[in-house]
Amino acid sequence: MPSGSTTGVLDAAAAAMRLVDYRAGDLKQVPTRNGFGEGVVEAGTRNRDVVGICADLAESTRFEGFKKAHPEQYLEIGVSEQMLVAMAGGLAAVGKIPWIASYAMFNPGRSWEQVRTIMALNETNVKIAGAHAGVSVGPDGATHQAIEDIAIMRVIPHMTVVVPCDAVQTKKATLALSERWGPTYLRLGREKSSVITTDETPFSVGEAQTFREGGDAAIVACGILVYNALIAADALAREDGIECRVVNNHTVKPMDEAAIVDAARTCGAVVTVEEHQKHAGMGSRVAEILAQNHPVPIEFVGVDDRFGQSGDPAELIEFYGMGVDAIKAAVRRARKRKTG
Amino acid sequence: MQTLSSARLTELKLKANDVRQGIIRSLLAAGSGHSAGPLDMSDVFAALYGYLLRHDPERPEWPDRDRLLLSCGHIAPVRYSAMANFGYFPVEELLTLRKFGSRLQGHPERVTLPSVETTSGPLGEGLAQGVGMAQGAKMDGKDFHVWVVTSDAEHQCGLHWEAVMTGAKFALDNLTSIVDRNFIQIDGSTEDVMPLEPLGEKYRAFNWEVFECDGNDIAEFIETAQRAKAVKGRPQVIIANTVPGKGVSYMEGDYTWHGKPPNAQQAHEALVELGAARERILANA
Repeated sequence: MPSGSTTGVLDAAAAAMRLVDYRAGDLKQVPTRNGFGEGVVEAGTRNRDVVGICADLAESTRFEGFKKAHPEQYLEIGVSEQMLVAMAGGLAAVGKIPWIASYAMFNPGRSWEQVRTIMALNETNVKIAGAHAGVSVGPDGATHQAIEDIAIMRVIPHMTVVVPCDAVQTKKATLALSERWGPTYLRLGREKSSVITTDETPFSVGEAQTFREGGDAAIVACGILVYNALIAADALAREDGIECRVVNNHTVKPMDEAAIVDAARTCGAVVTVEEHQKHAGMGSRVAEILAQNHPVPIEFVGVDDRFGQSGDPAELIEFYGMGVDAIKAAVRRARKRKTG
Repeated sequence: MQTLSSARLTELKLKANDVRQGIIRSLLAAGSGHSAGPLDMSDVFAALYGYLLRHDPERPEWPDRDRLLLSCGHIAPVRYSAMANFGYFPVEELLTLRKFGSRLQGHPERVTLPSVETTSGPLGEGLAQGVGMAQGAKMDGKDFHVWVVTSDAEHQCGLHWEAVMTGAKFALDNLTSIVDRNFIQIDGSTEDVMPLEPLGEKYRAFNWEVFECDGNDIAEFIETAQRAKAVKGRPQVIIANTVPGKGVSYMEGDYTWHGKPPNAQQAHEALVELGAARERILANA
């Protein structure tokens, strides 16, 4: 996919990360699942042992390109998500590197025990791509909006959990995870979202990235809401003179503890942002790390212990309290607790 | 197809007897675990490790070995005892069953004991992994065979039938499922808890080749397994009719022995009975 251009007007951190000028109004809009689709085709070319297994959602999960490019490495097994994990475990046990894709709500939602036993306890090299995560799934409604998946995956030993911030980063993550041994969960979104990284932006599993520098508060975000975090930080600087560090915390497990502690030390207040239940998600892991290492005021932006519903994706993000204004308000609250 | 000599058959019967004695000793040492299933599958495991499988205990990770999966992980004592008696590890290690630090976990774990092939215990998952292995073999042009031992009660799991459907779709003739058809489960008879019959008809309807035999008759099981393995174009199931607790008369046919071990006195009685059975095998040889 084409990547945007970097510009000299961003702060040093953004320039170092080779970000596009996210303040521009015409950012490319691409769903993160497209990045997976492109990445997995390339992974299958690089290594013929990469196998794709799909449970009747080739188009939605963007597995179609892989199916066309590598028909001999592609298996369609119909609507059977537990089978997806178990069959992949068998293939991995004889040397394959299976990517399995469905909606996150069904895999790992429906298949969780198989994920725990066959992928994690059994230590097999199976990779899950969980599409349609978050309320931004939109019109399909609550049954199809996975907002508990980070929680149920990060709690499993041996699991790697990655939530990339845009489609370009998702492609890099797909390739990196294909070459990294171990059971893995890659979380994808359905809706088009702003592309803020470029082909030159570095990516390494387990290394959080500072996308904006600032010392008044740290916004630690993952997934497509990293964009909202950057926009909120920009507005806070303009409106309140508050300078926020924005951390793209794409690897929820194993989390970059040093980066989280450093953000808390430098800024003294932290706001976490994720398209997930506040309970037990990425932000909860940040809180676990900071409670033990460097306690500071933390505010959580996410879904507040309820289910989603049908609606327009942007409207749902706002309604469930994950829009730019909600992030700004959370930063102000955190700052207040810090000084008060 | 190899023919089974009477000398070889006697050898296998003695091994099955050794396996049963190992089960009793390990369960007594563990103080918990399942008795009926392991005992009734001892003949099948002796036939597999002693005759049917392509394997080498000296090279447990040999890439071309046949894969033997135990889907119903709770009958692990039979697999452990068979592995010990066929040279995978010392027989004395059976006494560590279910103990802290042992490789012989209450339910098998591949990471601690790789030759068990999968981590099992949660039911209904073994055949599904076997489908993956058999498909992997097809993709790589490998000729190893995948054998999956399943319990009858785990046929109540939805995932098992997803695997049956998938095995047929991919025409996995390198996959054989062996059903321990002992008609018991924790809460009683399988036909009372959740009826499975007609089990063979179900598999036929899913496009599998169906065989049935006496799972406590080693010669009949071997002959059936050889015919099953020779089938081309579709996976096969062997419904092995077994007597729960086989070999220990006070356990035979009694579902209450599904999930408990013998106490010291009961274990002694079982070993005396198995010892006498061993003498009879030798006398009839």
